[in-house]
Amino acid sequence: MDSALIPKGVERCSLGKFALFIAVVGAVLLWGVFAMLLCWLKGLNQTNMNDYYGFALWIWADLAVIALGGGAFFTGFLRYIIGKDELKNIINYAVLIGFICYSSALLILAIDIGQPLRGWFIFWHANVHSMLTEVAFCLSCYFVVLTIEYLPLIFENRQLDKVPFLHNLSHNMHEIMAVFAATGAFLSFFHQGSLGGVAGVLFGRPFAYREGIFIWPFTFFLFTWSAAACGPCFTILITKITEKVTKKKLVKDNVINLLAKISGWMLLTYIVAKTIDTWYWAAITAPSKGFWLMDFYSSNPLYGGGILFAEIVLCGFIPAFLLVIKDFRENPNTRMIAIILAVIGVSLNRWVMVLQVMAVPVMPFDTWALYFPSWQEIATTILPVAYGVILIALSYRYLPIFPQERELNPVTD
Amino acid sequence: MKKEHKHSEAKKYGMVIDLDKCTGCGACMVSCMAENNVPFKEDETNKRDSITWIRVYKLTNGKSFPDADICYMPRPCMHCEGEHGHSPCVSVCPATATDYSNETGIVSQIYTRCFGCRYCMAACPYHARYFNWWDPVWPEGMEEYLNPNVSPRMRGIVEKCSFCFHRYQLAKDKAYMEGRHEVAEDEYQTACTQACPAEAITFGDLNNPDHAVYKLKKDPNAFRLLERLGTNPKVYYLSTREWVRKAGDNYLQGEWKAEKN
Repeated sequence: MDSALIPKGVERCSLGKFALFIAVVGAVLLWGVFAMLLCWLKGLNQTNMNDYYGFALWIWADLAVIALGGGAFFTGFLRYIIGKDELKNIINYAVLIGFICYSSALLILAIDIGQPLRGWFIFWHANVHSMLTEVAFCLSCYFVVLTIEYLPLIFENRQLDKVPFLHNLSHNMHEIMAVFAATGAFLSFFHQGSLGGVAGVLFGRPFAYREGIFIWPFTFFLFTWSAAACGPCFTILITKITEKVTKKKLVKDNVINLLAKISGWMLLTYIVAKTIDTWYWAAITAPSKGFWLMDFYSSNPLYGGGILFAEIVLCGFIPAFLLVIKDFRENPNTRMIAIILAVIGVSLNRWVMVLQVMAVPVMPFDTWALYFPSWQEIATTILPVAYGVILIALSYRYLPIFPQERELNPVTD
Repeated sequence: MKKEHKHSEAKKYGMVIDLDKCTGCGACMVSCMAENNVPFKEDETNKRDSITWIRVYKLTNGKSFPDADICYMPRPCMHCEGEHGHSPCVSVCPATATDYSNETGIVSQIYTRCFGCRYCMAACPYHARYFNWWDPVWPEGMEEYLNPNVSPRMRGIVEKCSFCFHRYQLAKDKAYMEGRHEVAEDEYQTACTQACPAEAITFGDLNNPDHAVYKLKKDPNAFRLLERLGTNPKVYYLSTREWVRKAGDNYLQGEWKAEKN
C-alpha cells in the first residue's frame, strides 16, 4: 500500500507488520507522554527528586544521550573536514541518531524545568558565567544544524524527490554540507564541553570540582573527548541492532571498522587523559578540600570503588584496546563487546558526574543521599527511546538512509 | 559623615551564631517560616522535600556517656561571597535569577525569573536552597496572616533565606524618610535573630566596626562552615568546643592538629 514511498531497489516488510511494530512502540511512547503530561500539569512533585537531588535521572539521561549523539558531529567532522570518504555510507544514520538524541535532550530539559513556560528566560536573561547558558545556546543551535543535515535526507524520499524544488534544495544542501558539518563540530565542541563544565565548575562539590585551563575545568575537555570517542560507538551499535532487526547487512565492514578504529584511538587517548585527571583530582584537588579519594567511595551501599574501576578499566581501557588492536576490531564479537562497553562507559561517566555528585555528603555531619526515580521519571526517560525507535523505523522504511543497502541486498526480481 | 559615607558604599551583612548558646529550640525556624511566608506540607516527615530556610542540624561528638556531647547548628543561607561575588550558586544560574549584591553582600533570589532548573541547588554545598515541589497551600484563613511584605512563591522555582531583605528595604525607607543615609544596627535585624530566646544569633554589617558581628567574627573560636571550599560564607559560628569547630569543615587525618597549632 505504501510501496510508492519506499526507496527503489530495496525490500521492506509488509505495511501490516510495520504498523503492528509502530503500534507496540507507540504504546510505550504514549505511556511516556502520559507521564510527561503529569509532570507538566501537576509539577515535579511527580518525581522522586528532592532538595538533595535537584539533578537526577533526567539530567543523566540528557547528558548520556548528548554524549551518545556525539557520533553525528564527530562522524560529520571526519567525513567532511578530515575527508574520510568511506564514512559517507554511515553519515546519514549518524545524523539521524544525533537528531534523535538531541531532540530527546531538548524534550527532557523541557520536562525537567520547574516552570516550563519560562524556559526562554535562559536566552533572554542569559548569565554568561553559567555553563548551562552555554549549553542552552550551543545545544539549540546544534539542533538546528542537525535538522538542516537531516532535511535533505527527508527530501530524498521517492515522492518528495519528484518535487523539483525539494530535489534541487536537497542537492544544493548536500553541496554545502561541509559548512554545516564544520559548524556542527564547532558547536558540539562547546556544548559537549560545557556539559562537562556543568559539573566541573561546582567548587562547592569536591566530588565534581576540577581545576582547568582559563574558565574551563578539565571535565570540559574530557566530555567533548569522550563524546567524540563513544558517540561513533553508539552509531555502530544502533547500526548493528538495525541490521539484526531487519536481518540485512546495511553497512560494509570496512566502514564499520574504520569508524571503530578511530573510535578506539579516541577512546584510548581519552581514557589516558581521564586517568590523569582522576589521579590529579584524587591526589591534589580533593585533598586540598579535606577529602581522600575513598571518602567518595565508602560508607554507602551503592557507590563503591568498583564504579571507578568499571568506568576507567572495564568500560574504558578494555574497549579501547579491543578497538585499537586490529584482530579484535575486525572480529565481530570482540568488536561488539568493545562497542557495548564503550557505550556503557560513557553513560556511567555521566551518571557519576550527575548522580554521585548529588549523593556524596559535603558537610561533615551530613549523610549520603540515595534516590530511586519514580515511574513518571522512568517513563519519561523511556519516552525518547520509543520516539527514537519510531523515527528510525520510519526513516529506514521511507528514506534512503543506507547508501550501500541496495548493493549489499540485491533484490532478485 | 565621611565614615558614614564609607559604610554606605560597601556593606556586608552577615551573622555570627554562638553554638554554645543554641539550645536547638527551633524558634529561629518557626519565626523564619512565619516572617517569610514559607510554605509547608501536611506531612513534613520527609525533610528532603520540605522547605526550611534556616535549618537546625543536630551534631554529636560520637562519644558515649559520660563524654557524649551534642551541638545544635542553625544553618541559614550562607550568602557566600566566593571570589569577587562569584558565590557557588550565583555563578551557575543560567537566567541570572540569583545575584550577589555588592551593596549589601546579600545573595538574592528573583522568584519571577527563576525557571526551576535547580542548578543552584546542585551547586550549594550547604543545602540552603529549596525547590517548591508543590504550590503553597495555606490552611483556611491563614492567608490573612501572611506577611504582606514578602511575596509567596509558586510551584517550580527555587527559594532560600534572604536575610529578611524586606526588612532592610523597610529600614532603608524609614531612614530615607527621616533624612538619614544609614540604617542603624538595630533597625535591620532578621526574624531568626530576634526570635532566638538564647540570643545565640547576632546579625549586622561585618564591615562596620560599630556592629557587634564585626568583633565577634574575630573571636578565636569563630569559624565558618566548609571554609576550605572557597565559598567565603558570611555566616560565622562560635564554639569553645574543639570538636564542634572541627565539625565545621573536612580535614584529612592529622590536618586538624596541624591547623590548630
